[in-house]
Amino acid sequence: MAANDEKRRQHWAKTRNLTIVILIFWAIFSFVLPWNAYDLNSISFIGFPLGFYFTAQGSLIAFVLLIWIQNMFQDKIDDEFGMGEG
Amino acid sequence: MAFLQGRLVDNLPKVYGIYTGGFIVFIILMSILSSLGVSAATIGILFVAFTICIYAIIGWLSRTMQLDAYYVAGREVPAVYNGMATAADWMSGASFVALAGGVYFGGYVYMAFVVGWTGGYVLVNALMAPYLRKFGCYTVPDFIGTRYGGNLARLCAVIVLVVASFTYVTAQINASGTIAARALQIPFSVGIWVGLAAILMCSMLGGMRAVTWTQVAQYIVLIIAYLTPVIWMSNVQGFGIIPHFSYGGAVHRIQELQPLVKLGTAATESFKGLSTLKTPINASGSTMESWRFFTLCLCMMCGTASLPHILMRYFTTPSVRAARKSVGWSLFFIFLLYFSAPCLATLTKLQLLDPNLPTSIIGKPFAAVADLAWIKNWSAVGMLKLSDSNHDGILQLNEFFMRPDIVVLATPEMAGLPYVISGLVAAGGLAAAMSTADGLLLAIANALSHDLFYKMIDPNADTRLRLVVARVLLVIIGAAACAIASLQLTGILGAVAWAFDFACSGLFFPLILGVWWKRANREGAIAGMVCGFVAGSAYLWYVEHGGAPWIGIDHLRFAIIGMPVSLITMVAVTLMTPEPDAETQRMVDEVRVPSGGTILAQTH
Repeated sequence: MAANDEKRRQHWAKTRNLTIVILIFWAIFSFVLPWNAYDLNSISFIGFPLGFYFTAQGSLIAFVLLIWIQNMFQDKIDDEFGMGEG
Repeated sequence: MAFLQGRLVDNLPKVYGIYTGGFIVFIILMSILSSLGVSAATIGILFVAFTICIYAIIGWLSRTMQLDAYYVAGREVPAVYNGMATAADWMSGASFVALAGGVYFGGYVYMAFVVGWTGGYVLVNALMAPYLRKFGCYTVPDFIGTRYGGNLARLCAVIVLVVASFTYVTAQINASGTIAARALQIPFSVGIWVGLAAILMCSMLGGMRAVTWTQVAQYIVLIIAYLTPVIWMSNVQGFGIIPHFSYGGAVHRIQELQPLVKLGTAATESFKGLSTLKTPINASGSTMESWRFFTLCLCMMCGTASLPHILMRYFTTPSVRAARKSVGWSLFFIFLLYFSAPCLATLTKLQLLDPNLPTSIIGKPFAAVADLAWIKNWSAVGMLKLSDSNHDGILQLNEFFMRPDIVVLATPEMAGLPYVISGLVAAGGLAAAMSTADGLLLAIANALSHDLFYKMIDPNADTRLRLVVARVLLVIIGAAACAIASLQLTGILGAVAWAFDFACSGLFFPLILGVWWKRANREGAIAGMVCGFVAGSAYLWYVEHGGAPWIGIDHLRFAIIGMPVSLITMVAVTLMTPEPDAETQRMVDEVRVPSGGTILAQTH
């Protein structure tokens, strides 16, 4: 049982770290960029004011990617400890 | 029906492929009928009636008398299809009908809805969905009740769930009534009951299984209906086939036009429920505005991660990994609509404002604008009003009053698109409102039948009785929601935001900490749910009864008060009371491991 517990502890530690990293990126796209939308608007990005672009589209694209990236890494972590579901 | 042999889940691509093809053929047929001179009204009725019939047929084919099928669709919904079903479940009448309108009128701050309602899924995926799936519960209060133990915790969760979902469902029935009334040309008070009948046909016989398969069908209708006018309009205005990456020019042009049309001049008259455009398209740079964006965005995100009708969709997948994957698909399918909403709002605004476009109305002679067909149609139902306040014979921006909810529905007519598109949009809006209403009604009825009736009142009830109770509750709750919706208390978007605030005030921290903090115990969870929910509701009461909002926290954002209260009381009370027993702690450990069976037995 002890070895198993150790494996679980490591699995959870890795899962937790991955979650924290993802949530940091999430906060940047949810709050940091939109908060500064006015200042970012002076920058032009593919014809859009950048601040507008992020609140209307850019952050949304980032969220979709974040979930897919997290799932990719989480699957790896699960498989590494033999806790995936095949 | 040889091609349908075997189980439905093995034939999904074929079934929905044929369905989508059939729907496109139907659209083409309608445009042929339209060019043969069939009236616009008939086309509208055909669109709405045809789609409702299809949903009803799917609902009937999916009828069931098994608990697992009724509550969690037999846990056999593949990730992609669960993604589509979640997207339809999620995208309510508000997303479809009111979101672009909100962005049109509210500018930068309203984009918080767009960011909040997508970013929330990152929280769902990172913090909730896989763990709740592993738990193997039927409802969200089922998780709270088992994780923390005891009927009181379960009851608190049921109460928060019912209040949040019921607020939400009245808004959906309101939306489906609005659309049905307009498309079928019947009074609103009749329209909502027609809407309810259609909604119940999808969910009553087959529960979660029927709702899942109708929601996939509804998603296909609503996404086609939303994207078609956007793409069409973009082509007319010269922003290319896929406007999403190229309408930057429209944003700049509107910024140029805003001073010319005297944006921000207050209207001298007012009409109940109608607004004039006053807010600029872009951020103005005030800290207050950023704060308002931040608070709204946070409430919507945490609300997303605590709304039971969304979380319960992830109980239907075959595995934990599939649950995670289906969150990814959900957000992708949702994203297709959400990143089109600001685009639609911008293109609509441009075509009303830009004097170089033939569709523009601002600055044009008043009599000519008042004579346009779409102006007349929508004025007739009281959703639009022109008033030449300064009697100069020219329509100014502050003389054009519109209900924000109609931007999407009226856009095809404004742009002069053929009426087929309007019929399609009406069908899409109805699909969006119906699918969400179905999910919500089911969430409420399941919580009451499973958690209140079975777990707390009559644990010996047999399967038959449980399913009968679940269905009776579904009808009663639907009728009650209809009766309240007929009072038309608040705009669609307002009531929806309240649902998110209620949900995250009461449930967000008890749900998250249930997985992420082993030490969290029953006393803490109950305190968190009760105090957060009461504090948020009390603040809403205060603001709604004339109290001055503190630092811009208005009725849309009352969870900014509720959530911290919930967190602090939950942590404080937990630390003052003994830690949960060893068995509960072992259960939390088990939830964190994807492999192995569910925590709760297969059928409970």
